[in-house]
Amino acid sequence: MTYRAFLIKYSEIGIKGKNRYVFEDALCARIRENLSRIAEGFETVREQGRIFLSCPEDYDYEKTVRELKKIFGIWAICPVKVIPDNSFESLKKTTGDYVEEVYGDKEITFKVEARRADKRYPIESPKICSDMGEYLLGRFGNLKVDVRDPQVRIHVEVRNNAYVYSEIIPGPGGMPVGANGKAMLLLSGGIDSPVAGYMIAKRGVTVDAVYFHAPPYTSERALQKVVDLAQIISAYTGPIRLHIVNFTDIQLDIIEKCPRDELTIIMRRYMMRIAEHFARECGSLGLVTGESIGQVASQTMQSLNVTNAVCEMPVYRPLIAFDKQDIIDISEKIGTYETSIEPYEDCCTIFVAKHPVTKPLLHVIEKSERKLEGSVEALVEKAIETVRVMNVTSSRIYDKGTPYAKE
Amino acid sequence: MNIYLDNAATTRVCDAAAKAVLDAMQTDFGNPSSKHVRGLDAGNIIKNAAKTIAETIDVKPGEIVFTSGGTESNNMALVGAALAAKRRGNHVIASGYEHASVYNPLISLKDFGFEVEFAPVDELGHIKTDELVAMIRPTTVLVSVMYVNNEVGSVNDIGAIAEAVHNTNKDIVFHCDAVQAYGKYVIYPARLGIDLMSVSGHKITAPKGSGFLYVKDGVRLRPLIFGGGQQKDRRSGTENVPAIAGLAEASKQYYNERREAVERLFGLKTMFINELVKINGTHVHAVKPEEDGSFSETEVRKTAPHIVSAGFTGARAEVLLHALEESGIYVSSGSACSSNHPGISGTLKAIGVGKDLLDATLRFSFSFSTSREELEKTIGVLKEIVPFYTRFARK
Repeated sequence: MTYRAFLIKYSEIGIKGKNRYVFEDALCARIRENLSRIAEGFETVREQGRIFLSCPEDYDYEKTVRELKKIFGIWAICPVKVIPDNSFESLKKTTGDYVEEVYGDKEITFKVEARRADKRYPIESPKICSDMGEYLLGRFGNLKVDVRDPQVRIHVEVRNNAYVYSEIIPGPGGMPVGANGKAMLLLSGGIDSPVAGYMIAKRGVTVDAVYFHAPPYTSERALQKVVDLAQIISAYTGPIRLHIVNFTDIQLDIIEKCPRDELTIIMRRYMMRIAEHFARECGSLGLVTGESIGQVASQTMQSLNVTNAVCEMPVYRPLIAFDKQDIIDISEKIGTYETSIEPYEDCCTIFVAKHPVTKPLLHVIEKSERKLEGSVEALVEKAIETVRVMNVTSSRIYDKGTPYAKE
Repeated sequence: MNIYLDNAATTRVCDAAAKAVLDAMQTDFGNPSSKHVRGLDAGNIIKNAAKTIAETIDVKPGEIVFTSGGTESNNMALVGAALAAKRRGNHVIASGYEHASVYNPLISLKDFGFEVEFAPVDELGHIKTDELVAMIRPTTVLVSVMYVNNEVGSVNDIGAIAEAVHNTNKDIVFHCDAVQAYGKYVIYPARLGIDLMSVSGHKITAPKGSGFLYVKDGVRLRPLIFGGGQQKDRRSGTENVPAIAGLAEASKQYYNERREAVERLFGLKTMFINELVKINGTHVHAVKPEEDGSFSETEVRKTAPHIVSAGFTGARAEVLLHALEESGIYVSSGSACSSNHPGISGTLKAIGVGKDLLDATLRFSFSFSTSREELEKTIGVLKEIVPFYTRFARK
């Protein structure tokens, strides 16, 4: 069976009242954008709680479904046969042809499910079901009806056109990216943060990212790994504006002046401050991290409290209650795991103390931080000015250089 | 400024080799097995390449098997020779600091019922010949010793080792991994008692994917790759004519320039390591120092001309490597082939380098075109950065 169209079903955006068109438009835009990577000529039409996607000639079915499965907001992908003439006789005939083509002479039990979105259509849904069932039974000897637990549900939907389908491919769910504002993801080379970016995007949030680079303590390969990760998740999140901050001098300043066991906590506080700066620049409404309670010393409740204290924006932590294995499972599913485990150090591990504080007190950390006064401000300013920006899409990377550099 | 001091990892392809590769790809592009003249032309490239290369090591052209490089040559030699000799015995010996492409094929032989032993090396990186010979059993069929160690540049007296092995049992197949030696030394395997010798092209300005194995007439190898029977059934698959053409050109050029270039490099290496040890906490591996800690050219000449291995106490090799990179100087930490893995260098451990230097050692490796000026600049940068990067140690 070659399909030329899909009915795309979406879940939550159906219930968003007057804002519905915002969500639907965002979803249509994401579908067209993702599919434009495969071929030109895909078209979307909004149709009462569905999106109708028509495909160009010679399109690749497998690739199209694979791309659609990455688009948040899609609840189900149904390859459909379109029946332009709405007379019931032609509907029956075409449905029969469809069944013949898809199921051949396989012995199956079936049920017809009809939906009449076009209420002007003269036959009501229950009648469509029973008449269609009867027609199919008469035409094929290998079919049996089972209304309770059929092997195949043959869906007939009457809209502007009529559609027949029996295969429902599950989509990722969630909401279309672009429907819910923007957030700044703190992206490292690890397993967690790309998953956190994926998760927040699943709720319709556009993702930008910031990475803290510490050359020569971290290598170009470590940076490349982060760019690779951004590129992998951008297939789900859409384009990511990636900020690459040179963190070396700030890190060395902290190492020189603060207790070594507080290094990670103080470092993370500066990372949050800088991330928040860029979040504001980009119109983001929050920060996103891959933190999960108790995973490492800097992610205990006490540490999160101390880190969080420097942020004015909300910090979203989609993985907060996840076990490591659950996070790994998602990273394998979305394809970031193999890249995340490449053995290049990120700046969090270089100088890490053997026994970092696990229950830091805010006033103690603040006291240590005061030792940086007079030096760190200029370093932060320089780090912000010299930030390197890349626009990462799943097909290309645009290096924007250092757009904030002063002449 | 770009100073490439990682020539033991790979080299820039020389113009003559690049041109030969291009010609073989676009002009003489035929399949050597084809019966028409295009095939004949391509076949002649291979024939001439074998002749050129055979001359550099004074063997017969028929004793050269072209491969994809050092790793394949080592696999072909070790697995091939061991499996072919399986009826005679199942014991294999290698030195304790071989490259992964020797070590891992040997380990894989365990699956075929072989016993593998590794002979110890001394502090200067020489295999202990007496101990190696003492390990030989009646069932020993294969011994493998590398010519120049890729990580520290120590040089084994291969002739003496091969002779000692063959004096114990003349039927033992003696393999030598000469990947870091070919092109820098005059090596005549037939006279030295080497039965199998591995060479890689890209270490001597030929393209990656080129190399050969010298197989002495009469030495039996079970092939690893079966197919159309090319290269006298020893390695099936359409010959990589462009790589072979490039390899021949590079070999010719290397051996033309060798004497003069190596002389010059010995002088540069002596200067370089004497400057290095002036930096506090620096240790040069595998060169015997004088009583005052300096290095004489006489001692340097006992080591490879192009490899310097030095440890910097208190620094982390990878950080120094990237710091040098910021100045446009490219070196490697440990052995480049294994440096993707955080594992510590096997060679350094084998020669007894202290724990504090294992993760603090850089390898500088020269090409025939490395200049004094480049090395002096490198020393200058190191003198500047080493004190800085040893200040912030991991705690």
